[in-house]
Amino acid sequence: MENKLTRSLYRIPYLLWILLFVIVPILLVLYYSFFDIEGNFSFINYQKFFTPVYLKMTISSFWYAFLITAISLLISYPTAYLLTKTRHKQLWLLLIIVPSWINLLLKAYAFIGIFGTYGAANSFLKMIGIGSRQILFTDFSFVFVSVYIFIPFMILPIFNALDELNPTLLDAASDLGASKWTTFRRIIFPLTIDGVKSGCQVVFIPALSLFMLTRLIAGNRVITLGTSIEQHFLVTQDWGMGSTIAVFLIIIMVLIMLVTGTRKRGV
Amino acid sequence: MNKLVRFFLVIAVVSAVLLYAISSLNSSQGYTGSNTLTVFNWGDYIDPDIIKRFEKETGIKVIYETFDSNESMMTKIEQGGTNYDIAIPSEYMIDKMRHEHLLIPLDHSKLPNLKYIDNRFMDLPFDPQNKYSIPYFWGTVGIVYNPKMLHGKKITSWNDLWASNLKNKILLTDGAREVIGMGLNSLGYSLNDTNKQHLIEAKEKLDTLTPNIKAIVGDEIKMLLANREASVGLVWSGDASEIMSQNEDLDYVVPKEGSNLWFDNMVIPKTAKNIEAAHKFINFMLDPKVAAKNTEYVGYSTPNKGALKYMPKEVVNDERFYPSPELTEKLEVYKNLGKKNLAYYNELFLQFKMHRK
Repeated sequence: MENKLTRSLYRIPYLLWILLFVIVPILLVLYYSFFDIEGNFSFINYQKFFTPVYLKMTISSFWYAFLITAISLLISYPTAYLLTKTRHKQLWLLLIIVPSWINLLLKAYAFIGIFGTYGAANSFLKMIGIGSRQILFTDFSFVFVSVYIFIPFMILPIFNALDELNPTLLDAASDLGASKWTTFRRIIFPLTIDGVKSGCQVVFIPALSLFMLTRLIAGNRVITLGTSIEQHFLVTQDWGMGSTIAVFLIIIMVLIMLVTGTRKRGV
Repeated sequence: MNKLVRFFLVIAVVSAVLLYAISSLNSSQGYTGSNTLTVFNWGDYIDPDIIKRFEKETGIKVIYETFDSNESMMTKIEQGGTNYDIAIPSEYMIDKMRHEHLLIPLDHSKLPNLKYIDNRFMDLPFDPQNKYSIPYFWGTVGIVYNPKMLHGKKITSWNDLWASNLKNKILLTDGAREVIGMGLNSLGYSLNDTNKQHLIEAKEKLDTLTPNIKAIVGDEIKMLLANREASVGLVWSGDASEIMSQNEDLDYVVPKEGSNLWFDNMVIPKTAKNIEAAHKFINFMLDPKVAAKNTEYVGYSTPNKGALKYMPKEVVNDERFYPSPELTEKLEVYKNLGKKNLAYYNELFLQFKMHRK
């Protein structure tokens, strides 16, 4: 009896936390989304969201988030695989994670310097004879910097999945005559798919609402839903519209979690 | 269990020690509750030496915090939970804050230095009789450009920006009213126009400028222009003077069709805890010598008539920053257009940003 009581007592802080910092804020966002700029109850924000402007923005956010995730994955999987083969795995892993400790803004400013007209990237292009190109404020620079920032978050879960892989399975596969490609396709990849999925979630969802980089690196040539939320809250003070976009982002994120989530029921 | 308890004990002890260290550090520097003044200002908008001098002369400790847009400043004050004693918003925002009762009336008897302010800048429509605000700086919106990079070509009008040889050479400041205003000005409309037809026309005209625009950025614009990343920029006059002090090749022009004239003003928001010290600070900033020194640092135009004689002649006579009365006539002050119109401006600005080359 007493054990039960203390157990529910221990649960209180956790429940309070969930209530105050997860459930209440989401409900507040939902609540605000039903008010127009003058504070009257209306559905106008939802109507507005389905106009070409916001739909286009949603699609382009998706497109960039997809690009960023796909490229991160293409780079991260082989990297993680090679990492598991090195002798000092933990050290190499640390070296990859260290840049993520540096403030995002600082990295963005560094890239402005590197990609600028007179920056290191352009001097290199000149040296090899291609000549100066505009790199900063292009789609390329935006995707490049975003991928650079997200890569550690993609590598970690994949690395963990690969590291836990039982090597005897690979031996068994080669004993049974599987080629390297078949081994990868039928054994390694299916067994690490959970790592890939969580890596994709961790990258795709924040990439969908990136906002600082769209100004600093893309010079507002790329407008994502995140940029628009920031503008509605801080500049226009149209909290209703900002909240409506946030509601759609939350819905999209939940859908993505459901699609990519691991179904471990019954285990 | 024992391990867990010890773990939490260590965390508690470390937190207590850190807390004690912070509070003793603060009090050793004089930051106690009743003796501080929190100033909420634009980034890089005051000479740090002046704050030090104010602290030395009055014994009041200044906590300096910055914002990067009028709107975000107002949001913070509106939300409460802050204790800003001084804020420095622009004129249309003062109008708005005044109507929403976010400001505390000033006691003019505590501001003897008010007499140094030029009469031109007193008693303006956004705050009759300066009940709530005292002018801090004023300036214009215009074009900064690099004649060397443009092969000696001169820019005098907004419409010059549409020239085909400026492809991918223009940087814009990330402000809805400034950019839409540029479109309105180039068509000869008022900067406070709320006619939807005119606004859409302006936005469509701006869309045709897209091939010439390299990026729309924030404060980085100063660094980018000074480093010759682009040859033309839409900026506030003070940013222009700062850019020009870093790179002498650049020139600033207020386009002949007219432009925006703005004022930043010192106010005491309702979040103030130390109103006495806030008055002292405003009065200190109005002192002609202090104002002159501050102007030299910041680079915007001072409304303080007394300060002009302490400043270099070539600055005071520079018509780019202290425009002649004829040009001043064509400059317009932003009016508070109300939330709805402002939202429409921002909506158009967003659409303009999304317009691809």
